[in-house]
Amino acid sequence: MDHLNIAGKTFASRLIVGTGKYSSPSVMVKAHEASGADMVTVAVRRVNISDRTKESLLDYIDTSKFFLLPNTAGCYSADEAIRTARLGREAGLSNWVKLEVIGDERTLFPDNEELIVATRTLVKEGFVVLPYTNDDPVVCRKLEDAGAAAVMPLGAPIGSGLGIQNVNNIRIIREFARVPLIVDAGVGTASDAALAMELGADGVLMNTAIAGARDAVAMAEAMKLAVRAGRLAYSAGRIPRKAYATASSPVEGLVGR
Amino acid sequence: MKIVLNGDPFEVAGPRTIATLLSELEIDSRRVAVEHNLVVLKRAAFDTTEVRDGDQVEIVNFVGGG
Repeated sequence: MDHLNIAGKTFASRLIVGTGKYSSPSVMVKAHEASGADMVTVAVRRVNISDRTKESLLDYIDTSKFFLLPNTAGCYSADEAIRTARLGREAGLSNWVKLEVIGDERTLFPDNEELIVATRTLVKEGFVVLPYTNDDPVVCRKLEDAGAAAVMPLGAPIGSGLGIQNVNNIRIIREFARVPLIVDAGVGTASDAALAMELGADGVLMNTAIAGARDAVAMAEAMKLAVRAGRLAYSAGRIPRKAYATASSPVEGLVGR
Repeated sequence: MKIVLNGDPFEVAGPRTIATLLSELEIDSRRVAVEHNLVVLKRAAFDTTEVRDGDQVEIVNFVGGG
């Protein structure tokens, strides 16, 4: 059986899914089930003190089936991200973090300088750090050197659904990386996820592509199949690309020649 | 006495532990993380950490995200 291994922990699925933006909690539960994922991302936010009636996200996630990966989404500095990661660790009782340090509001592109600083600090504190980063092989190498347990380059801006914009960079990152490579963000539809896997990614992380689809549960299943198909194709070894045709049927023995 | 709770001024009757504060707010302590004057607390410290006048307390939990 094909598994995803990160920092000594094994996951049955190579698909990691988010918990945000679903039309309802019950749709999220069904989508999670359909996705086959066994790791889900969560955000860390202040409890609403004045309105305690709101249900808790954890009422809808069976933590015996899903490993929780807290993120530092919305943090704009290393200090903020480190603080949020420490809170996430206490809220979830695992030392894993999807590290995000955002550098620009409109694109949500990462601030790589701050990201590397935060990675270094959190690794020293014993965290398993999975940084969300640009599709830049040099930054990925620096994150690895800082002790990241995986590198998670974006395919396209978060929530954009544009698919993998720089296929060649992902291919180069694959070639360089000695830690697992997870394509995080930018997936719009199943073929985008399959492409990420065909390029050799160890996994794909997505939220909006599933949560925002007209039928989130069906899309979750599509993503599950796409990730499997892409991985299989990568392992199978594709044929080389050629400019011209090669006949599949025998060229001899044709009738009337 | 006044504390700053999740960024807003908040009135409490007097010094009390984090555990007491959480139970008064009807917050399940198993599902939150607490930061007291910028120090993130271990859950075991909820019973022993006292909130005093002017303290800053952050109480967070998990919400949906990607």
